[in-house]
Amino acid sequence: MTWTHYDKLGISLALLAEVVIFAALSPYFLTADNLLNVSLQISVTAIIAVGMTFVILTGGIDLSVGALVAFTGVVTTSLFTFGLPLALSFPLAILVGVLLGAASGAFAGFFVVRFNITPFIVTLALMTMLRGAAFLYTGGRPIWELPEAFGTIASARLAGIPLPTLLTAIIFAVAHVLLNYTRFGRAVYAVGGNKEAARLAGINTNGVLMRVYILCGALASVSGIILASRVNSGQPNAGLMYELDVIAAVVVGGTSLFGGRGSIMGTLIGSLLIGVLRNGLNLLNVESYVQQIVVGAVILLAVMMDQMRKK
Amino acid sequence: MPNAGTTPLLELHSIVKRYPGVVALDGVSFDVRTGEIHCLLGENGAGKSTLLNILSGALSKDSGDILLNGRQVEINSPTQAQELGVCTIYQEAELVPALTAMENIVLGHEPVHGFFSMLDTKRAGDTSRSALAQFGEELDLEEPVEHFSVAQQQIVEIAKALTRQARVLALDEPTASLTESERENLFAILRRLKSEGTGIIYVSHRLEEIFDIADRITVLRDGRAINTCAVSETNRQTLIGWMVGRELGEEYPRVERVRGAEILKLENINAGRLHDVTLSVHRGEILGLAGLVGAGRTELARVLFGADPMESGTMSFLGTDYKPRSPREAIDAGIGLLTEDRNRLGLVMEMSAERNITLANLAAIVKNGFIDRDAEHSAAQTYIKQLSIKLPGAESPVETLSGGNRQKVVLSRWLFTDAKLLIFDEPTAGIDIGVKYEIYNIINELAGRGVGVIVISSDLPELLGICDRIAVLCGGTITGTLTRTEATQETVMALAMKYEL
Repeated sequence: MTWTHYDKLGISLALLAEVVIFAALSPYFLTADNLLNVSLQISVTAIIAVGMTFVILTGGIDLSVGALVAFTGVVTTSLFTFGLPLALSFPLAILVGVLLGAASGAFAGFFVVRFNITPFIVTLALMTMLRGAAFLYTGGRPIWELPEAFGTIASARLAGIPLPTLLTAIIFAVAHVLLNYTRFGRAVYAVGGNKEAARLAGINTNGVLMRVYILCGALASVSGIILASRVNSGQPNAGLMYELDVIAAVVVGGTSLFGGRGSIMGTLIGSLLIGVLRNGLNLLNVESYVQQIVVGAVILLAVMMDQMRKK
Repeated sequence: MPNAGTTPLLELHSIVKRYPGVVALDGVSFDVRTGEIHCLLGENGAGKSTLLNILSGALSKDSGDILLNGRQVEINSPTQAQELGVCTIYQEAELVPALTAMENIVLGHEPVHGFFSMLDTKRAGDTSRSALAQFGEELDLEEPVEHFSVAQQQIVEIAKALTRQARVLALDEPTASLTESERENLFAILRRLKSEGTGIIYVSHRLEEIFDIADRITVLRDGRAINTCAVSETNRQTLIGWMVGRELGEEYPRVERVRGAEILKLENINAGRLHDVTLSVHRGEILGLAGLVGAGRTELARVLFGADPMESGTMSFLGTDYKPRSPREAIDAGIGLLTEDRNRLGLVMEMSAERNITLANLAAIVKNGFIDRDAEHSAAQTYIKQLSIKLPGAESPVETLSGGNRQKVVLSRWLFTDAKLLIFDEPTAGIDIGVKYEIYNIINELAGRGVGVIVISSDLPELLGICDRIAVLCGGTITGTLTRTEATQETVMALAMKYEL
């Protein structure tokens, strides 16, 4: 695996450079508190980025994830407003939330597979529909007054580590194993590299595509639940433009938009690169408008360095 | 004709091209004269493609000189090459798939008219039609080339070069996927271009056609020009000796085998353009499928392999009814298909050779639901060693391998599935003599072990050389099956053109 490790050298060094610079400029940056804070901040997009990595590896894209975060958030939180006992509504809300994401992914996958429509178009349409559904469902108003227990999903700590951080770590570890050590993972790479060759090698290419969209949808919903818990409300305008942050993290992590090339570890580093940058700029009190410009420039720079190194 | 055959038109002097760790061209000198067909011969990695790439401007040389009409020129880009009148046609057609045949032919040189320089479709159509007419081909100019077969795409590619009035025309294995008649047409065109003073560089592995078309021959080996001579001064054995640097035995290894029981039986198969195909294959038999391009050979293979649906008819395999709905079902039943066009239909380019080898039989390397990397490595290494596949690095993606090694990787994939019936679609297209011989040996060995083998090939001498029986397709149906003693170029061609005479 030497060359794939070497593959991530560029962005790993970029991440290291960020850490060194921010540590030098801000005494608070390297404290445990701040680092855990960074992990909590990036958990929402990083979890979606895992699902997105699978989708992009097959040569597809999922633009619906941001809207799905919102839709999952409002549906999940609304289940607490029906007066059911908490012991019932809590697991129900989470179950319904995740199933909703899986169903949304299945919907996207179905149109991609059955009608051979470009994933970009299918998920663009789905994005619009989900965002509309989130506003329609809530009448445009956020859902408030949730039981305190719901907020603990985001605030609970185990051995000092925030629950979303732990969950993110577990999801990355499982995804890494899935992608590198199972037939499904191998099939994902094969479909993205050469779909027809994969089919002629006996791979159920349609099944693989369905599964990656379902996985991506389910993970977007997990993020949607975490985000709703963090702000302790269901916001129909939550997750705006998340799809772009997520795609940026995946691409910065070295996964090719054409499919067939990339890794979960790359996505982890890509998510960290962007997350650490945002955090550091905040600590240095850089104005938010300027931040946007810097983040954009760093994304461009990271991918450019990667391209130049390949040549 | 100005001093036909003697004036050097294009001269290369001491061309050197280095890659990290490899010297691809080690001071190659070479020239093409006005009105000459000069063949470049050599095995994979001999440097033929690198040389063509330098001529076409796709690669830049490290040192050496290129002279055109005695004047030193620089070729730094494909555009520059075209402006100098140096036109290169690659082995794998470089067409824009979604554009029509006509649009591809005039691409970059579109005729325009009027104030707004609007496309002159009428003139574009005339140009394209006359180029194709020279080739004796009738293709739909309005059809996107992605709907064409490999052979048809190649015809478009050559037509494209014809319209560019090339002074030097370089062709890389142009006949790899052409039928006999298409090849004859191409040769007629090349001879005419030659008589008009064009210098032609012709790369091929097929010795018989080189003797047919070449004026001079240069043999490359390991990045060096080993020898140049007139075609009249040499023979087959000498050339092969120069190419491989050692003596080869006969071209088609022949092993006597005993034919076993029938394993595959097709009755009245109808699917797409196939109609009423009836055929049987026996254990330990090599059955050839001959026919012109479009006769339905590949279609039959795909139906057999579950890649395309069957409309009616019955198949039985190993004594039971067989009706695959997907390649997976075919593989599970014990059938493998080595596709034509290994790059487009066979390999996952980004994956390593090892992963490409295990792709069709991942079940064999999975333990408790997880891929056992050690088992994968040792399984793949068995074939990499057995077929002596040369890899730049253990994890290098297959896109870094040469054509012959790529073919061996796909071949290994099917060897690893332990198939009872293997279908080889053009297994030696674009592959040089040494590797061809190795592939014939593998096919023989498979048959010797009792595997049923179907070989599809447009190279008739190859089919005659290795097959026990040859079934001939014409217009989607089988026009006859010939035994080894009955089969000759003439009897096979007669059946292949039965409905076209």
